[in-house]
Amino acid sequence: MRSVQRFYFDHNATTPLAPEVLEVMVSCLGQVYGNASSIHYFGQAAKQRLEQARRELASFINANPAEIVFTGGGTEADNLALLGVLRARASETARHLITTAIEHPAVLATCAQLEREGVAVTRLRVGSGGVVQPDDVRRALRPETALISVMHANNELGAIQPIAEISRIAREAGVPLHVDGVQALGKIPVDVDELGVDLYSLSGHKIYAPKGVGALYVRKGTRLAPVSFGGHHERERRPGTENVPSIAALGAAATLAGRCLAGDAERLEALRDCLENAVLERIHGTGVNGSRWRRTPNTSNLYFDGVDGEAMVIGLDLRGFAVSTGAACSSGAITPSHVLTAIGLSGERARASLRFSLGRSNTAAQVDALVEALEFSVAHLRRISVNA
Amino acid sequence: MPEAPIAVAMSGGVDSSTVAALLVRQGRSIVGMTMQLWNQRRLPELMEGGASSAPGAGRCCSLDDVYDARRVAEQIGVPYYVVNFERQFEEQVVKPFVAEYLAGRTPIPCTLCNNYIKFDRFLEMADAVGAGLMATGHYARTRYDVASGRYQLLRAVDASKDQTYFLFGLTQQQLSRTLFPLGELTKPEVRELAQSMGLAVAAKSDSQEICFVPNGDYAAFMTAYLKESGAAPEATHGPILSTDGRRLGEHSGVHHFTVGQRRGLGLATGEPLYVISTNPQSQSVVVGGRDELLRGEFTARAVNWISVAGLAAPVRAEVKIRNKHTAAPATLFATGDPARVRVIFDDPQRAVTPGQGAVFYRADLVLGGGWIE
Repeated sequence: MRSVQRFYFDHNATTPLAPEVLEVMVSCLGQVYGNASSIHYFGQAAKQRLEQARRELASFINANPAEIVFTGGGTEADNLALLGVLRARASETARHLITTAIEHPAVLATCAQLEREGVAVTRLRVGSGGVVQPDDVRRALRPETALISVMHANNELGAIQPIAEISRIAREAGVPLHVDGVQALGKIPVDVDELGVDLYSLSGHKIYAPKGVGALYVRKGTRLAPVSFGGHHERERRPGTENVPSIAALGAAATLAGRCLAGDAERLEALRDCLENAVLERIHGTGVNGSRWRRTPNTSNLYFDGVDGEAMVIGLDLRGFAVSTGAACSSGAITPSHVLTAIGLSGERARASLRFSLGRSNTAAQVDALVEALEFSVAHLRRISVNA
Repeated sequence: MPEAPIAVAMSGGVDSSTVAALLVRQGRSIVGMTMQLWNQRRLPELMEGGASSAPGAGRCCSLDDVYDARRVAEQIGVPYYVVNFERQFEEQVVKPFVAEYLAGRTPIPCTLCNNYIKFDRFLEMADAVGAGLMATGHYARTRYDVASGRYQLLRAVDASKDQTYFLFGLTQQQLSRTLFPLGELTKPEVRELAQSMGLAVAAKSDSQEICFVPNGDYAAFMTAYLKESGAAPEATHGPILSTDGRRLGEHSGVHHFTVGQRRGLGLATGEPLYVISTNPQSQSVVVGGRDELLRGEFTARAVNWISVAGLAAPVRAEVKIRNKHTAAPATLFATGDPARVRVIFDDPQRAVTPGQGAVFYRADLVLGGGWIE
């Protein structure tokens, strides 16, 4: 690969490991090799690291450590929440689930599987801002509703959903509320009590911890059936020998995020706004997808009319800038993003859209360079599409 | 960026992998791109083992091919991307392919793909990412002829691998921006090169048949595709007639037949019978003896001129009417319409099939080509 200076603007896809987190992880990998279920010294050492991480993560989201179930990532946490809640009530008539049209595939595909198993699913629409209306949740409730699942922040737009309002509705109706918080954690404050959620999914690699580790917060008293079997780990909710080094890293990342959140949010929001304002001012035929208000501070989704988003991502990558056309998981798909379609974008405009997600490493100078590259790229693409 | 890179169409096969590696060895800056054209999982009934099996290996756009291309790109240290042209491929290759078959003609999707996808959409993508030229693993040669001011297309040195038959639709603009680095090499030489450069795909077998049609079973593909799009072929059976109009039997749809076909007629006769023509209007298939396939002339439509600007006067040429045909001596005559050429063979040729390409050669030079009416 040619040596160009590389800048990373895709933190919603994944983040690099924070140096502090790396240090914790490496020391665990090297030294804490016991099985946390073992009785002896080595097992106890692992158990201590595991429980320390549980306390660190719990403290970051204002939960009780006993309410944290470590998983193999955010997708697994979402699967456990949806399948676990529905299966815990499998014998009852509670066979309806409410979610939104802009959820991550980890939720949407699990809902599709539940439908095949006979569960009715309501997918709420969102407005052009990308936000679900709490009243729509209320209207969708049925006597047999078993679960409401709404994401905290959307991965493509950054749109923050009115979770506290929805949780009041859920509570009144006596329906548990699951929130996919993968894209919110570390970017905006998360307090599970203040939000009033019953289940909350989170992922390590979006908060500068490694891939392959995540957690599900399960409020005490929430009925949750296991979806995999084989051991008593994690209070029988997630069997399998605990991945202690990654879990310790997640704990360290949570502690670090607790310290950095306010400062990061303020700095990244200023950088993000600077990026957006410069693009809107210097490149015509552009605009912000979704609402500019109530967004995670690091995320910007912009359309560039008349350009092919896929070509733009490749062109920018060759110049050293990493951005994405949408969710990394759906890159290369022919159908435009379900999120952009849900907020009313035409297929053409959705395919002409890019997501920029900033993180700790980004600087004002990098944003300036990105704006310049965008200006060049858009002009180039528009010129050749006129000639074609 | 210093030098504009060359966009290499990498299929994951030995030919395009060797092209990429050769260009890198020559010190050129390249970008590897694999075109995702068709999703094999779309028509699950066509997959071996049915819907539950993994996407077929060694077929169009399989995950294995992308894996191989990515591995080669990594090995030679070049940027690599998968670009998705599934929408364009379906509109401009698959749909016309199906429509042609239903109209009783025998299409060549590879030529459509070259015209509309590989040398059009891909070139656009190359432009878009800042690449100046594109390169493919086709066996063909190009050169710029100063006297005529034209980019010329020539047969590959390896006659057994020559792919110019599928490239007759290339425009001057497309040729001016395309490199065929394998045109001077034979297939064994390419494999040897791949081996010597340590490419992981050096021993990979060649792709066969039409990439999106599993096992070359067109009829099964069309049935599945039409079922998916909710449009069944209008009539699914009709008579098999002799050239003198006698009814010899029944068939299950004209799209199962192509001119020159001998097998699958379901007729028990003494002498071997061949499909002479198919008629979608009457849903009839006409069959006859081998010599009844002979035609002395035909008209080519939508003719594209490559190495020459056009027909000023009748021109002698060797004309190839299907990929495996040995080009036969003929004379090309202009008609009132510059896009239509009348071809008269010196000796009548078997199975001049509507829908196939007719490519005009003068020795190694590709003069141009069109579609058989």
